[in-house]
Amino acid sequence: MSRASGPSTTRRSPTLVIGCVLAGAIVAVAIVSLFWMPFPQDDTSGGRLAPPALPHLLGTDKLGRDLLTQLMIGARIALTAGIGSVALGGVLGVTAGLLAGFATRWLDDTISALLDILIAFPTLLLAMLVVAAREASLGSAILAIGLAMSAIVARLTRVLVKRVLAEDFITASRTSGTSWPRVVIEHVLPNIWPTLLVNLALQLGLAVLAEASLSYLGLGAPPPNASWGRMLQEAQATVLTAPLGAVAPGVVLVVLVVGVNLLADGLRDVADPTRRRRR
Amino acid sequence: MTTYLLRRMAFLVVSLLLASMVLFLLLRLLPGDPANSLLSVGATPDQIAAARHQIGSDRPLPEQFVTWLGQMATFDLGTSFISTLPVGPEIASRLVVTVPLTLLAFLLAVVVAVPVGFVAAHRSDRWYGPLLNGVSQLGLAVPVFWLGMLLITAFALYFQILPAGGFPQDDWANPADALTSLALPVVTIALVMSASLIRYVRSATVDVLDSDYLRTFRALGSSFTGAMWRHGLRNAAVPVISILGIELATTFLGAVVVESVFALPGLGSMLAKGIAQHDYPIVQGVLFVSTFGVLVIGFVADLGQRLIDPRLRGTLSRRAR
Amino acid sequence: MNVLDVTGLTVKSADGRALVSDVSFTIHSGARLGLIGESGSGKSLTALAIMGLAPAGMTVSGSVVLDAPGLVRTEVVGAAERHLNGLRGRAATVVFQEPLTALDPLMKIGSQLAEPLRRVRGLRGAALRTAVIAALEEVRLADPGRIAKAYPHEVSGGQRQRVAIAMALACEPALLIADEPTTALDVTVQAEVLALLDGLVSARGMALLFISHDLAVVAGVTDDVLVLKDGVAVESGNVLDIVNAPRHPYTRELVGSARQLDGALDWSPR
Repeated sequence: MSRASGPSTTRRSPTLVIGCVLAGAIVAVAIVSLFWMPFPQDDTSGGRLAPPALPHLLGTDKLGRDLLTQLMIGARIALTAGIGSVALGGVLGVTAGLLAGFATRWLDDTISALLDILIAFPTLLLAMLVVAAREASLGSAILAIGLAMSAIVARLTRVLVKRVLAEDFITASRTSGTSWPRVVIEHVLPNIWPTLLVNLALQLGLAVLAEASLSYLGLGAPPPNASWGRMLQEAQATVLTAPLGAVAPGVVLVVLVVGVNLLADGLRDVADPTRRRRR
Repeated sequence: MTTYLLRRMAFLVVSLLLASMVLFLLLRLLPGDPANSLLSVGATPDQIAAARHQIGSDRPLPEQFVTWLGQMATFDLGTSFISTLPVGPEIASRLVVTVPLTLLAFLLAVVVAVPVGFVAAHRSDRWYGPLLNGVSQLGLAVPVFWLGMLLITAFALYFQILPAGGFPQDDWANPADALTSLALPVVTIALVMSASLIRYVRSATVDVLDSDYLRTFRALGSSFTGAMWRHGLRNAAVPVISILGIELATTFLGAVVVESVFALPGLGSMLAKGIAQHDYPIVQGVLFVSTFGVLVIGFVADLGQRLIDPRLRGTLSRRAR
Repeated sequence: MNVLDVTGLTVKSADGRALVSDVSFTIHSGARLGLIGESGSGKSLTALAIMGLAPAGMTVSGSVVLDAPGLVRTEVVGAAERHLNGLRGRAATVVFQEPLTALDPLMKIGSQLAEPLRRVRGLRGAALRTAVIAALEEVRLADPGRIAKAYPHEVSGGQRQRVAIAMALACEPALLIADEPTTALDVTVQAEVLALLDGLVSARGMALLFISHDLAVVAGVTDDVLVLKDGVAVESGNVLDIVNAPRHPYTRELVGSARQLDGALDWSPR
């Protein structure tokens, strides 16, 4: 039975727009924080746990630091962690995936088996392992999350490469004498990047969450860096007296991750319109 | 099936070996001698050498690895640098908290996600279908520890109907007490887990609702409910079961973090403490046991998938599509 | 007596486009009608609307009356689901186009075939098992014992379609709707399955609604045809009259292309 396809005009995906707005807001805050913040990072002049009032718009934390300032720094750290991990995981993963995709049978099998094992190591355990071996820092967190992510990205890349290589136009191109590097640049990458991009966007959201978890456990960026995860951990004890401190970092965290996830969904809709109906 | 079982078991063993090697190397090759944690600041070189000899970190790496592996295989997980107590029994006592926490949370997540995911797919044309979707989208973005904090605030601090954390000293001697202290952590993990599960269940249900075979049996006179029970459920279960292994492993991780939120004496808090104190035997032991658990869960999930899906029997590569 | 009476059947998609517009036809008990048109002409949707199984989101209007011997005469459009459940299968049932996806991939063929046998004939236990084998033999499947124990992916496309036919026949329907039953099959198998279907429908005196895009195939099976284009019935009548003297331009096109194909086949060296 033929199902009539929807209107083919390229409507702007609402998910994409909402995602851009939410994630964009956090990015804007992070950029602003580079040039201007309401208070210096370690200014404790406001008194402890001050309620929201001018000049401390959102109040202060238990050390008297301005909450808004902390949130702005947190945005910077969350984005650094997210983008850093995705950059690391993406480069490592895509390289390994391409290698496995093109490799001979036994090399492919070896890489795949290694990836399976690496994936069996959940992100957070791997991150804890790296932090255990090095020390708690933003760099350790990025390294750990990026490494864990690279396995997932590599596995996806490998499957995508295999699928493209099985297509007829590759054979045609190879028969007409195109070299492998050119095949990769001209055929493989253009065919796999939309799916990869969507997946990397999803991974960005997961990376931000993982960094927050690590920071909450005290395994992320050490003080005085204000990571949202650590802000939440510090505010846990005073949640009834100063609820904003225990709520605001969580809310901005959710806004960023929802934004990034919607962005990924929207990108997927744009990249593959046939999926729009279902997911 | 037997051939597959054997090959899959071989893969499990190789994975375990490789994983332990990675575990071992990462903790040994990176800077910082484990012996340092035995010593106070300003120890003499002699003392350092003695400490290194005591824990064996002066011997060649392969030798250390084999010794370590032999110990792991006999569940001799070494002794803590800090407390000098054996790691094995300590892990065992912590599993009494972590395993029930993980399993209960996982079960609750499945119990919540299956009907909700089904309704989200089946009733996507009603107002509550998209709403359920939106909620699960939100759930994917909520950090598990923050949800725990919010639940503690609401149910322990504000309404004061459940404990904010901790676990009975006598473990499960009084099951009601133990369950009460696990209630909030279990709900916390289950809510976050069900968010991602709902999406899988929903997508599997959409596939079934669109399927030709469901239409066939309806055309033969089956009621919608009857056809869903006999054919839909099993077909929808296949893709969901394939990710349950990963979900269970993720639930375990959720438990690791949530234990810190609720001050539960489980594996997670043991690991966090071990890392903070650079207590390598503790870190290695916990990671070894949890990796073992995750790999075995994957093994069981693969077998389960094969049992339910006749199309997979006879082929080895589960991702070959 | 008319087994099926369709009057002014209209099916609209969720965005309001008419996929089937004002289609009317009747089928006498034991009679055959061919429904012909290209893909997207609304043939399959008509079949589903007759069964009361139009996809969610589509709106069906007009009238579809099923009147099978021994069953209550029923207006399908707007009928309660509970009522239709008792009707589907026995008053009318469908053999679908794609035999691989039309069967449950996770269930043994025997168990799938047993389902309508149990419900319609009330068979249980050993009698049910015997009936399953008999039903498989009736559609001339060699080695029915093996087929009954096999999963759909383990048998060939032609065998699967025979199973689908056996399942439809197990309901002992007054009207059988065959929706492109041979299109997905190899050419050599097509003829066999078509002959089987033809013979079984005759032997049981069932009415047949045969849906196809292929005029030549329809002409071999049915006496009357209805030509559907973009959801509108453009021409109907005796199949020979239409082949010899098509009135509507679209029908002429169909006949022309069928002739051309025939000509090419006659011409080609065998």
